[in-house]
Amino acid sequence: MAPRLGKVTVLSALDDAHLADVTTSEASLRRFLHGLPGVDEVGAEARAAGLSTRSIKTTAKQFAIDLAISMIDLTTLEGQDTPGKVRALCAKALRPDPTDRDVPRVAAVCVYPDLVGVAAEALAGSGVKVASVATGFPSGRTSLAVKEADTREAVAAGADEVDMVIDRGAFLAGHYRQVFDEIATVKQAAGAAHLKVILETGELATYDNVRRASWLAMLAGADFVKTSTGKVSPAATLPVTLVMLEAVRDFRDASGRQVGVKPAGGIRTSKDAIKYLVVVNETAGEDWLDPDWFRIGASSLLNDLLMQRQKLATGRYAGPDYFTLD
Amino acid sequence: MSERLAVKKTYKLAIGGKFPRSESGRSYQVADSAGEFLANAAWASRKDARDAVAAARKAFPGWSGATAYNRGQVLYRVAEVMEGRRAQFVDEVARGEGLARQRAEKAVDEAIDRWVWYAGWADKIAHVVGSSNSVAGPYFDFSVPEPTGVVAVLAPQRSSLLGLVSVLAPAVVSGNTVVLAASYERPLPAITLSEVLATSDVPGGVVNVLTGRVGDTAPALASHMDVNAIDLAGAAGDTEHAHELELAAAENLKRVVRAPGAEPDWTAEPGLERITAHLETKTVWHPVGI
Repeated sequence: MAPRLGKVTVLSALDDAHLADVTTSEASLRRFLHGLPGVDEVGAEARAAGLSTRSIKTTAKQFAIDLAISMIDLTTLEGQDTPGKVRALCAKALRPDPTDRDVPRVAAVCVYPDLVGVAAEALAGSGVKVASVATGFPSGRTSLAVKEADTREAVAAGADEVDMVIDRGAFLAGHYRQVFDEIATVKQAAGAAHLKVILETGELATYDNVRRASWLAMLAGADFVKTSTGKVSPAATLPVTLVMLEAVRDFRDASGRQVGVKPAGGIRTSKDAIKYLVVVNETAGEDWLDPDWFRIGASSLLNDLLMQRQKLATGRYAGPDYFTLD
Repeated sequence: MSERLAVKKTYKLAIGGKFPRSESGRSYQVADSAGEFLANAAWASRKDARDAVAAARKAFPGWSGATAYNRGQVLYRVAEVMEGRRAQFVDEVARGEGLARQRAEKAVDEAIDRWVWYAGWADKIAHVVGSSNSVAGPYFDFSVPEPTGVVAVLAPQRSSLLGLVSVLAPAVVSGNTVVLAASYERPLPAITLSEVLATSDVPGGVVNVLTGRVGDTAPALASHMDVNAIDLAGAAGDTEHAHELELAAAENLKRVVRAPGAEPDWTAEPGLERITAHLETKTVWHPVGI
């Protein structure tokens, strides 16, 4: 059973009727966010390290590998991305292992806004979602008007999901209301598209800030909270994801609304991915063990999962020569 | 004063320039030819084999990309360090193989000379087995040998140093990286050689040494899709086992050096067969410039 760090305090600070009141002013927002209990840093890291020693073998491993594949947001976010590369990535998303039809599809393909149209065309009707980063990714240092326009364009081009970045400068300066308003505005601009809010935990410095930023994003209407852009080191780590999973769990208890979590960046091996799944199961619970509520932002991870899958199926170790480069 | 207690060694594996214990945590006792305890050695599992292949793959671009001259210099340096460890090698060969001191010394000398001989081939082999081809067109046309990739080598079970060098050196000299499964009963010279390699400019991962039952690691290596060639010298005389390994190796068309019916006389002139066995030939057509 996961230690429910600070849950009681969160709930007492927040009896349901007051959830809306929290966001009425800068002062009430600050009072609430700073009233959140601090994260026990040593405890969180020890808990994450402890959970990552779980041994997941045979059928459980098979299940975990397929689940992890179905949770991947297959991502390419590079300056050198071309329509051809995005199309190749989409083909891989639809059929990760061309030699094995039993391999599940990935959850989504994540690209820059200008390539959303290419991805949407390649994935049309497949059920694989198109996710687009937006709002001046990766730094988020543009005006609100530009962020809004960026979002609208991505959605108009066919994005089912929008991955926005928060203004970390404003957050760290304590301008919570500004960050809140930005998220709310982008949420509105995104319309029916799912909004993932990237906290860029590598720049937030403390777990307390991660917890605050998670709550802030959820209060402002985020459908997902996401750890990182992948452009800053450290990107996703287990303890950070643990803190965010606690936040979404407590938020659902307080508000009744379920929010998803997406670690992204630095998850490269099947072993890593399975560790994350264990932490999800033990922290937020089984409800989150679903591509609708937990995603993994990655690119090279998929090949490793496929190699592990082939090893389980054939008994022989697989080699990277037999999988596509990406 | 009390009698000094002997320091009994527990050796480890050599993977990726480090000396880890077996992932399985197992080890086994190595005895000399008379059955006396010599040392404890790590008992590698197939996961160790997997890790060793990953380390070898990682080291391949650097080692194969180094100039032939540079590889040759590094391998000469290995021979120098082997020479410095001569007494230890002699002791291990004498006790492990049950040889008289003089014969053991001769075997070690031959092994070091064999290493030097192979080291010399590093920058010469391309000129012997490569060629500039005559073609009916305005092109230069070259055939150049290239290393095949990660090579699994099952070291001879009986000749623990000379036989070992005779299968290991020809694989690494041309730029391949190696996962070596050492002799089960006589692993100590292989372990000492791994220590020599670690202290003589050979990049980590170029030679990875697994000790333990060859039956545990060899099937994993033979069927591994990321291994490009396998030398079955260590399966000499065990045709059934060798046959199984050849079948497993067929899946990704590994180059296979077949197991002989009995372990050969390693003192014989080696020839170039074992070098060329782990090479592939690339032919390039190049338009003639004006």
